[in-house]
Amino acid sequence: MQRRNFLKIASGVALALLVNPIRALAALWNQSAFEAIKINDAKANLGIVQEMPSNDIDLVAPDRAENGAIVQIEITSRIPNTEAISVLVENNPTALIAHFVFSNGALPQLVTRIKMADTSDIKVIVKAGGAYFSATKNVVVLENGCG
Amino acid sequence: MDNIKMRAKLTGDNILGITEVKMIMNHLMETGRKKDDFGQLIPAYFIQMVTAKLNDKIVLEMQWGTGISKNPYLTFYLKGASLNDRISVNWVDNLGKTGNGEIMVLAA
Repeated sequence: MQRRNFLKIASGVALALLVNPIRALAALWNQSAFEAIKINDAKANLGIVQEMPSNDIDLVAPDRAENGAIVQIEITSRIPNTEAISVLVENNPTALIAHFVFSNGALPQLVTRIKMADTSDIKVIVKAGGAYFSATKNVVVLENGCG
Repeated sequence: MDNIKMRAKLTGDNILGITEVKMIMNHLMETGRKKDDFGQLIPAYFIQMVTAKLNDKIVLEMQWGTGISKNPYLTFYLKGASLNDRISVNWVDNLGKTGNGEIMVLAA
């Protein structure tokens, strides 16, 4: 590459970062995975090839949710070297809810609140040592929470 | 910037104990599919990325979609923290707005 061209490109990138640092950061958000409607497309976009059901993942959620706008879930992975946890809801308008990556002493355990449009399985996929493991829990939703 | 309400409690010894970090963020988390009273779609407005740090080390990186409930709530757990360590959280939403919060680790 010619020096002149390089400088032109480099200054353009620097300018873009200067003008809009947030956009540059937001580029890391996995848009294709979050916009996928089907659970399998969301999984493919997260790079999840094949997951095996595991009893070493606890997924606590209510059997019945009065209001799908707030469904509290608790996830614990006892699988050694858990690196990441993805949360998916099969019957939501878009399946992927959230993706968590743990490092530097964070334990693979969390509590959060999610929206559910309809009665559905919640599926949790754990990445550990390059392999994928899953747990599911069905929740009966009485009132749509996705509006 | 919107503040995040946070609490961090260490059970057991420094470093060896477990710190429970709880937080609640102030955000509408609109899906983009809801209509207002005039039948107009309310545009999507939701937190996309959240980063939690212990002192200056990243411990938890999160990507969220529209399926996280309004005013997001999260508890996570940490090993390796000591009393008075600093836990900080930053978020960025789809409109580029940011929020942050910071708390010291206290004894449970």
